[in-house]
Amino acid sequence: MKLKSTTENYMFVLPAVLIFSIFYIIPFINVFYLSFTDWDGISRLKPFIGLANFKEAIFTDQSWWQSIGNAGYVTLIALTFQNILAFLLAWACDREIRLKNFYRVVFFIPPVLSEIVVGMAWRFIINDVDGANIINRSLIGMGLPQLAHNWLSDPKTALTTVAIVHCWKGFGWGFLIFLAGLQTIPRELYEAARVDGANAWRQFKEITVPLMIPVMVLVAILTILGTMQVFVLIIGLVGGEFAGHTSMPVLRILAAMRGSSRFGYACALGINFGAILMAISFVQYRISRKSRS
Amino acid sequence: MRRKTIILLSLLFSGILILPLLTGCNAKKGKRPVTLTVWHWMTDREPVFQELASRYEAKTGVKIDFQLYAPSDAYSQKVRAAAQGENLPDIFGILGEKRDFASFIKAGHILDLTTYMEANNAEWKNNFFPKALAVNEFAEANSYGVTPGIYGAPIDIMTIQMVYNKNLIKQLGLNPRNPPATFQEFLELGKKIQAAGVQGFVSGWGELWMIDCFASDYAFNIMGKEKVLATLRGDVPYTDPAWIEVLDIFRQMRESGILAQGLVTMVNKTAEQLFANEKAVFAFNGSWCVNVYKGMNSKLDYGVMLPPQASINFPMSIWGGAGSSFMISAHSKNKEEAVKFLQWLTDRDQQAYLAQETNNLPANKNCLGKIPDILADFAKGMDVATHPNVWGVSEFSAVIEAWDRGIQSIIIGEKTPEQVAREVQKVKERELAKKRP
Repeated sequence: MKLKSTTENYMFVLPAVLIFSIFYIIPFINVFYLSFTDWDGISRLKPFIGLANFKEAIFTDQSWWQSIGNAGYVTLIALTFQNILAFLLAWACDREIRLKNFYRVVFFIPPVLSEIVVGMAWRFIINDVDGANIINRSLIGMGLPQLAHNWLSDPKTALTTVAIVHCWKGFGWGFLIFLAGLQTIPRELYEAARVDGANAWRQFKEITVPLMIPVMVLVAILTILGTMQVFVLIIGLVGGEFAGHTSMPVLRILAAMRGSSRFGYACALGINFGAILMAISFVQYRISRKSRS
Repeated sequence: MRRKTIILLSLLFSGILILPLLTGCNAKKGKRPVTLTVWHWMTDREPVFQELASRYEAKTGVKIDFQLYAPSDAYSQKVRAAAQGENLPDIFGILGEKRDFASFIKAGHILDLTTYMEANNAEWKNNFFPKALAVNEFAEANSYGVTPGIYGAPIDIMTIQMVYNKNLIKQLGLNPRNPPATFQEFLELGKKIQAAGVQGFVSGWGELWMIDCFASDYAFNIMGKEKVLATLRGDVPYTDPAWIEVLDIFRQMRESGILAQGLVTMVNKTAEQLFANEKAVFAFNGSWCVNVYKGMNSKLDYGVMLPPQASINFPMSIWGGAGSSFMISAHSKNKEEAVKFLQWLTDRDQQAYLAQETNNLPANKNCLGKIPDILADFAKGMDVATHPNVWGVSEFSAVIEAWDRGIQSIIIGEKTPEQVAREVQKVKERELAKKRP
């Protein structure tokens, strides 16, 4: 009777286990296996080369670490500029202001647009050769012609321009999560604080911020994981890695697979990248736990 | 009762998931008329392929199922995935470098067409431009370790050259029949072009391979084929003065002002739009551009020219010959039918039809008389054409990447030719060291 019941229970979960195994577990294990080989993606032979791919990625591949550095820079801008903007807008929309539903819809439009469309649209807005050159025209109009230049083809500004467009594209997610978080804060707390004579800044500092910390941590983790993996936007904006200045980890992995036919090495880069993301998330989780306690 | 139904459904669903894995997706089919499946990536040729498929079916009763998978990156991944799963169609094309092609052959995915090509006094083989066929050919003792033979049938050819806008050239005070022939003459136009408020030279240099192609043309011109190939073999370093001279071409172009703004991040589609809309005087592009420009601006008046010569030591050489080719799966159940179809597709009438409808250069040398003038001008470049896929030796991917990135750095004024040469040589030595036992 017990055996029958146990078998029945396993039957219920079998489809889910199969789907998870076929589409997640097996490929995941396979990536680990391939990372120890020199497979070209086509041959039947997958020569085992031990840790050589990992050694190359970690110790000799400068372009890999350059891409990690670029991703870190974009992430830093997203963590600060994008999330502060998202939080302030969410805070504004949480208050009784006119047209707040309209703003909520407008702020959520960029995240639902395709990355390649956003990239190409911004390329058109920014570029002076094949585009509308709006940024440069505005600068000239404001009496700042010395600042007008080709933003996407200048190594000094290309990555920052990419980061700002990425923030524009991504702040809507943070806005939505922050707004949901702000709406869970009981209004009575603010009323009580007002009765006690707390001004708006005090209420923000003593009520809003402490109660929003878990939400901020969540948004920060999602921002890091999302930003570190950005690449479609870059293809749309600058067409590729631009002498390494806009190179990103996913672009490097793709280059190893498609450009060099080094599937084994691409798998090793993927594992390396996954480990970096896990380490960042773990550190962030520890910090958030500490700050909560 | 309900519980049993759920368990039954659960088992059924699991069975559906597992069954294809156990059977390898190879359900046995009953006898049906032969259908050949052809995978390709050529969006512009799809309607013409469909028309040719109808004609072939009407003629032979064999159904041809052309399946388009675009863009080419997605197509390339699909073919690789199909090769890994042994699910390749009867006929397909391979995008990529010669070593990728070699990997497919060594893995046993591609049928050797040599006997079919050589049959009847090499009747099929002799239809093609030798340079077009060479791309699909592996010679004796080739460095890829592939059994010598012909493994694909070219359906078109291409040359990558420069094009110039005749109206804009006229506005610059030049004779549109005599575009700049030397590199110095070309550079001298930089200031005039800037003063005229148009862009000078455009190309898809954001896509690295086109930079590689341009640099290769000048490498052949400055040091000749033998020295280029010796470098690939590792016998000549990239720090050799001749290679620095090649890199210096890009510095000179930057300083002359001939390069369009934002060229290093320009994709070829943008370059094509700029040239077609008469915003750029020169473009570096392949013969496929004839169809593209026609679609963008049918009134565009332009001419074809070789990249202007930088040295008198060796003739200018361009990339060409390699167009699109079709291969037959070695696992196809319809190999003979597939060969017959490719023979028909590459025959004179079908090739002429393809060329007329799609403005691509035909691989069959017997139908050049039927193509438009501008395409014929591109075809003239075949005399000086070469391609990495026929050199018999290839460069390491890491070196190519360092080289192309280095050129981008020179164009944006970030590095000198000497610096780039040193960096590339360092990568080359590292790759060579890896190969040493």
